[in-house]
Amino acid sequence: MKDGYYSIEQVFRIKAWDFASAGEASSQIKKILKQLGIDPALTRRVTIAAYEAEMNLIIHSVGGEMRLKVTPQSIIVTAEDRGPGIPDIALAMQEGYSTAPEIARELGFGAGMGLPNIKRCADRLNIQSSVGKGTLLEMYFDIKAG
Amino acid sequence: MKVSQMVDALSLKVLAGERFLDREAESGYCCDLLSRVMAKGKKGMAWITVQTHMNIVAVAALVEMACVIIPEGIEVDRKVLDKAEEEGIIVLSSDLTAFELAGKLYQMGITPVCEAVD
Ligand SMILES: Nc1ncnc2c1ncn2[C@@H]1O[C@H](COP(=O)(O)OP(=O)(O)O)[C@@H](O)[C@H]1O
Ligand SMILES: [Mg+2]
Repeated sequence: MKDGYYSIEQVFRIKAWDFASAGEASSQIKKILKQLGIDPALTRRVTIAAYEAEMNLIIHSVGGEMRLKVTPQSIIVTAEDRGPGIPDIALAMQEGYSTAPEIARELGFGAGMGLPNIKRCADRLNIQSSVGKGTLLEMYFDIKAG
Repeated sequence: MKVSQMVDALSLKVLAGERFLDREAESGYCCDLLSRVMAKGKKGMAWITVQTHMNIVAVAALVEMACVIIPEGIEVDRKVLDKAEEEGIIVLSSDLTAFELAGKLYQMGITPVCEAVD
């Protein structure tokens, strides 16, 4: 177990407002899953969820980290940031709710569909957030035996 | 149909991805809200959008779109086109509006993307 329980673990650093490299972590995640031979429909769900989580770190947070873990049974993508946190998670989960600033909206972000998209794509979703400290998003995807 | 057939029929300008024009385009979607595009996006779809910033390349690549079509002659930054080239994304442009482009593509047999996520 010294090498770790997970077959694969990869970390991506995400910078706030870094629109130029936005989507890079998600495309890396997609590439890795493709190489591992993960089912395309599942890869697609993971990719969409990862993209939305990545954009949320870029647009709404001060920056953070995304992590991909793959085991024989599951794919886990986490997004963790160092603030500002989400005051009302139930409200943030509502489709159409967004606090994205006007400049982000002009670029087509801020539809308020990111978290709902993530929820729809993931088999299980866990969100922990504390204002002033940060947010942790854990997305679980089951790998069904072929 | 092949993207090259769309290019010929609508006299589209090829801004990036010339060498991939053989690619098949099956469905079409017209939207400028990226989360909506991610949710509805289908592999092999033609996407009409007025957005021209770097992130459209990421969205098109993640969804494995057939091509991106920019309407109304809107210019696209060289950097975005270089990135598109690198990622194998076809970027096309037209002086027509999104409405006209969608109408013509629909007439040519490009189908609307359906509602499902997968
Ligand atoms: N990592 C985060 N840190 C702080 N707030 C967040 C974070 N992710 C989401 N939010 C809040 O939840 C809202 C809804 O998020 P989302 O559904 O992705 O829509 P959008 O990103 O389009 O605003 C955001 O507008 C923001 O207020
Ligand atoms: Mg979002």
